[in-house]
Amino acid sequence: MTRETKNVLKGVAFLSPWLIGFAAFTLIPISLSLYYSFCNYSLVQSPLFCGWDNYRQLFHDDVFWLVLRNTFLYAAMALPGGLILALALALLLNQKVPGQSIFRTLVFIPSLVPTIASAALWLWLLNQKLGLVNLLLKGIGIDGPGWLTDTRWVLPSFALMSVWACGNTVVIYLAGLQDVPRELYEAAELDGAGAMRRLWHVTLPMLSPVIFFNLVIAIIGVLQVFDAPYLMTAGGPDRASYFFTYYLYDSGFTYLRMGYASAMAWIQLLIVLAMTGLAFWSSKKWVYYQGK
Amino acid sequence: MESSAGQSKWVAVILTYAALLFAGGLMVLPFLWLISTSLKTVPQTMQYPPRWLPHPVMLTNFVDVWHNPRANFALWTRNTLIIAALTVSGVTFSSSIVAYGFARLKFRGRGFLFALMLSTMMIPFPVIMVPLYTIFRWLGDHTGIQWLGTFRPLWVPAWFGSAFSIFMLRQFFVTIPDELSEAARIDGCSEWGIYWHIIMPLSRPALSVVALFTFMYVWRDFLGPLVYLQRASQFTLTLGLQSFQSQNGGTSWNLLMAASLLVIAPVILLFFLAQRTFIQGIATTGLKG
Repeated sequence: MTRETKNVLKGVAFLSPWLIGFAAFTLIPISLSLYYSFCNYSLVQSPLFCGWDNYRQLFHDDVFWLVLRNTFLYAAMALPGGLILALALALLLNQKVPGQSIFRTLVFIPSLVPTIASAALWLWLLNQKLGLVNLLLKGIGIDGPGWLTDTRWVLPSFALMSVWACGNTVVIYLAGLQDVPRELYEAAELDGAGAMRRLWHVTLPMLSPVIFFNLVIAIIGVLQVFDAPYLMTAGGPDRASYFFTYYLYDSGFTYLRMGYASAMAWIQLLIVLAMTGLAFWSSKKWVYYQGK
Repeated sequence: MESSAGQSKWVAVILTYAALLFAGGLMVLPFLWLISTSLKTVPQTMQYPPRWLPHPVMLTNFVDVWHNPRANFALWTRNTLIIAALTVSGVTFSSSIVAYGFARLKFRGRGFLFALMLSTMMIPFPVIMVPLYTIFRWLGDHTGIQWLGTFRPLWVPAWFGSAFSIFMLRQFFVTIPDELSEAARIDGCSEWGIYWHIIMPLSRPALSVVALFTFMYVWRDFLGPLVYLQRASQFTLTLGLQSFQSQNGGTSWNLLMAASLLVIAPVILLFFLAQRTFIQGIATTGLKG
């Protein structure tokens, strides 16, 4: 046995748990999913090949277009809101003032709460008659809407909830801020740059890789939203909060249309790939990598 | 001149505090309302204007929830802890072995496999949940070991490592100086020996990050248990809380908030005990990714 083969064998031995797991829990499922997506499969009978039927049906399925629309509308509210607000919070929490660690903890804690618990909590907070949000609004003379029962307000409500739990993103930004070299700020200050210009010309360019990372993570996450609408509104009112993953779950496990659900799964995968690819492609224009 | 500069500095500090108090206050307000509601009587929850301080303080709400005939929080906690223990030990152990291969061994194909592993992190669970379900069903029909309706689909895959944890540990392992491994090799130590006796003891901080994150994942997981578990006796805390909510939501907000607090409190406690580990772990994922 050559040294080379010996090395490969040793490597494969250490990698074997993951290699087996990858085959069993990723590669096979994803290939099966592709196969099912071309089948009629109700779990009761074995899969029956049906060509492009599922995809054709999806194309003509109003509910499918509705969940796509809802998911992207929600993304359009939650993504920019979450990313920008988290950045503002990180900049604020990066100021050197005594007692800062307490504030950092306060901002981080909501992101620890399991969705099931925050769902119950926000159902109560956003309750039309007794919820804290509307009670506070009433205090300043505003008649609050039925946040989760009004088709116009249900998506903003979920976006608000996701922004509340943005602590993870804030922590990643904060870590990024620690890595911005002090000399750059000092040089900018010597050149007479004010706080806003330092933010625009030093902080944001240096932080752009971290902003980019958070963007990609957020895109992948937003297509998977399931827990909150399932638990809080059951997709309602009038399907206004029926999301992509929720419809996928229903197709598979409520209506037992495994083939149909698999076709949706593949479309979801392609959207994730396309969006991430787009983020990577556009990053060349706005992400600044130091020393590259 | 001197005093005006000093003054503007003070103004900046005061403005910063005002913004911090505002932001921190907004974040923490829902929790205060949660705690306040969990200690109220039902009529008090419906009072206007709302009272922040409950009177009387209904600590018995927690006892009511714990002993509720339609809920079994003790059992649900036990189930969650069993799944968590099996998952955390599996992920930590297996991921560290694989991470050792990626970080400390040089062989052909390593770069490709590492890139492949990273790319699997992008695959959302919903995409593979249907075929996974059919695979576990098939296994139950053909091996005589039941999978669906048991904890197995939730923890067995953990023993094959998780891409995220492997990545985290690999990032840590590559920072350990090579000289340590070389010295052990000269002394005749096997590769497994180096992994177990040298790298692992040095990696406690990274291992605890992985263990902690995995625990948090299990504690929060809802979709997994929803798909695989069937009987109420197997419910995890998240499934249990959901069934409790569907029975008590809309009326007994005080009890629902008390139940939610029971699910939230342990993770917040854990956060305060392991604050550094948490923050460093999250920071690592963002910066070295």
